[in-house]
Amino acid sequence: MDKLFELGMAGIASSATIFIFLIFLFVVKEALPVFLGHVDTSKGGEILSPDQLERMNPGDVKEYLELTNEQYRRLDQDALRLMMEVKYQAAQDMATDPQAGLNTASWEHMIFPYQWTGYEQPGYIWQPVSSVPKFNLIPLLIGSLKTTLVALLFATPLALGAAVFVSQLCPSRFREWIKPSIELLAGIPSVVLGFFALMVLAGFLDRVFGVQTQLNASVAGIALGLAVIPIIFSISEDALSSVPRHYSESALALGSSPWFAAWKVVIPAAFPGIVAAIVLGFGRAIGETMIVLMASGNASIVSWNLGDSTRTMTATIAAEMAETVFGDPHYRILFMLGVMLFVITFCSNWIAGVVIQRLKHKMEAAG
Amino acid sequence: MSVSSPQFNTQWGTSSSNRQARQLHLVSRGMTLVTGLATFFVIAILLTVLADIVYHGWSALSWNFLFSGIGTDSFESGQLGLLPMMIGTVFKVFLMTLVVMPVGVITALYLTEYANPQSLLTRMIHSAVNNLAGVPSIIFGLFGWGFFIKFMGVGLDEAFSPNNPEPVWGKPAILWASMTLAIMTLPVVIVTTEEALKSLPDGLRYASYALGASRLQTLFKVLLPQAMPGILTGAILAIGRAAGEVAPLLFTGAAYYTAAYPWKLNDEFMDLGYHIYILATQSPDVENTTPVAYATVLVLLALTLGLNLMTILIRARIRHRYKQYQAVDG
Repeated sequence: MDKLFELGMAGIASSATIFIFLIFLFVVKEALPVFLGHVDTSKGGEILSPDQLERMNPGDVKEYLELTNEQYRRLDQDALRLMMEVKYQAAQDMATDPQAGLNTASWEHMIFPYQWTGYEQPGYIWQPVSSVPKFNLIPLLIGSLKTTLVALLFATPLALGAAVFVSQLCPSRFREWIKPSIELLAGIPSVVLGFFALMVLAGFLDRVFGVQTQLNASVAGIALGLAVIPIIFSISEDALSSVPRHYSESALALGSSPWFAAWKVVIPAAFPGIVAAIVLGFGRAIGETMIVLMASGNASIVSWNLGDSTRTMTATIAAEMAETVFGDPHYRILFMLGVMLFVITFCSNWIAGVVIQRLKHKMEAAG
Repeated sequence: MSVSSPQFNTQWGTSSSNRQARQLHLVSRGMTLVTGLATFFVIAILLTVLADIVYHGWSALSWNFLFSGIGTDSFESGQLGLLPMMIGTVFKVFLMTLVVMPVGVITALYLTEYANPQSLLTRMIHSAVNNLAGVPSIIFGLFGWGFFIKFMGVGLDEAFSPNNPEPVWGKPAILWASMTLAIMTLPVVIVTTEEALKSLPDGLRYASYALGASRLQTLFKVLLPQAMPGILTGAILAIGRAAGEVAPLLFTGAAYYTAAYPWKLNDEFMDLGYHIYILATQSPDVENTTPVAYATVLVLLALTLGLNLMTILIRARIRHRYKQYQAVDG
């Protein structure tokens, strides 16, 4: 009986492991054809004249018009004929554009610039809804990195300064209320931070710096920074506090001031933990959705200018999933963005986890 | 680098080492000030955000706005009250809690009371929990869509109602949104419960075994009640996180506007956080919706920060009790 109970518990306890595996599986599953190069935007297939409808069997019609069973059941013969006409007409129009035959979902077009008709020079274009959909990932990657960089540049000095102050320099009666209040920042939902960025921060930065577009990478980045501060703070504060007391006490006994004891002894000892905190902050910043969706302006431009509006990978998924058709190239590429994000955050978490674990062992051994 | 002390300098006193000592003293003071200012600045930002939202939100808040029902449109600021969003949020969080608490607590119990800490399974679970905590929330949304709606929902529909033209389960629904949030908040519950169980002194377990209690009895009669405040903290943290999270709901169940309250598991629902996003970004009439949006933000913030404050208070009490244990043990 007890054995059975234990087995059941082990089963339930493995669910976290199973879920992380399932998440990877199901996000990758939808994106796999893109990775393998099986998605082809040029493959319109054979275009049939609408008059052939009478001679086709239902299965072929369904496949040709890309309908699901339930959609097909709701359509009568006239509606089907209309759909065939629309498709026929679209194919006729497409034939005039020489780029219609390109497979824009190939790796070549997702990474390298291309001379699109109507553009002055070869460019990195993300324009998924268009007669020739363009899926270049570079603008989104730059957008994500840009906002993340701003967030880290803003958050790291503040969070580390606060962590050193709280764990090493300030009297303990202050620590007891400073620590929870900084951690309270983590309790603010990201949609609220996004709202604050949109309503207050954007106007404030505009007044101070006078940028071209009110919603831009720096507004989103600073708001992201607010979400990242509590993470960097609490993890580096933990790392600093885990350094055994006798380390800093020895330094103090030798006549060092509290700051130099922290700077020369405690911070070097806790350094891996501080790096881990920044890595985790990076993972959080690059994966954050609502803040960038609301405050970044969402224009997919290739530019490192922090005053330009920008579009990140997460915001792209959030904004465009609703307009995709299940299984089409756009849908699969959005899932591929998801896979990329998953891999990036998984790696940063894993690295940070290993570093923190090692530090903990070392400090326990030293203490 | 050596840090010279003032006493030594007066004894061996050269003017250059005196100056060095003064400089070091200044650097030390200066850096303490700088880090203190960084701390102050972070808290000032927090207070600014809170003050701005309370100031603007309070004036737009009224009983009628809080507890009136569904208007005819998402943007009819005069008519639409917050009741549907609050009901949606509470329902979503309730369903999530029903799933995440048993799974999370059992996992934590297994990890602390049963599993061998060195075994492969334990280490795998620990690293999975860590990684799950770092998965971006939008990925949970994609997963919820791919797994719950397209795999489970469509699967259920094909199994039980293949002739129904309208999908019953294979569509965004409050159940799927809650399940997605449950997976997202699982690490929070596991980690806090684990901490609570680990902080219980072994003396409690030995005393229970010594009185002839079985392992299960010890678990249910001694350990779980003792760890209850910690488990409660985990639940509240999970609820606080889930109440404000929007990204996982985008594809799994949150609706722009629904004409009725959600009262079936497969209904779509309106959510406070998602409603803020809609009001802030999609409104055709910004002037009129801004005060409404502020009031909505205030309600959500009061909810999530209220829950967070509760966990802080409970934790302070636990720490107090833990000190008592240490006194007894020591």
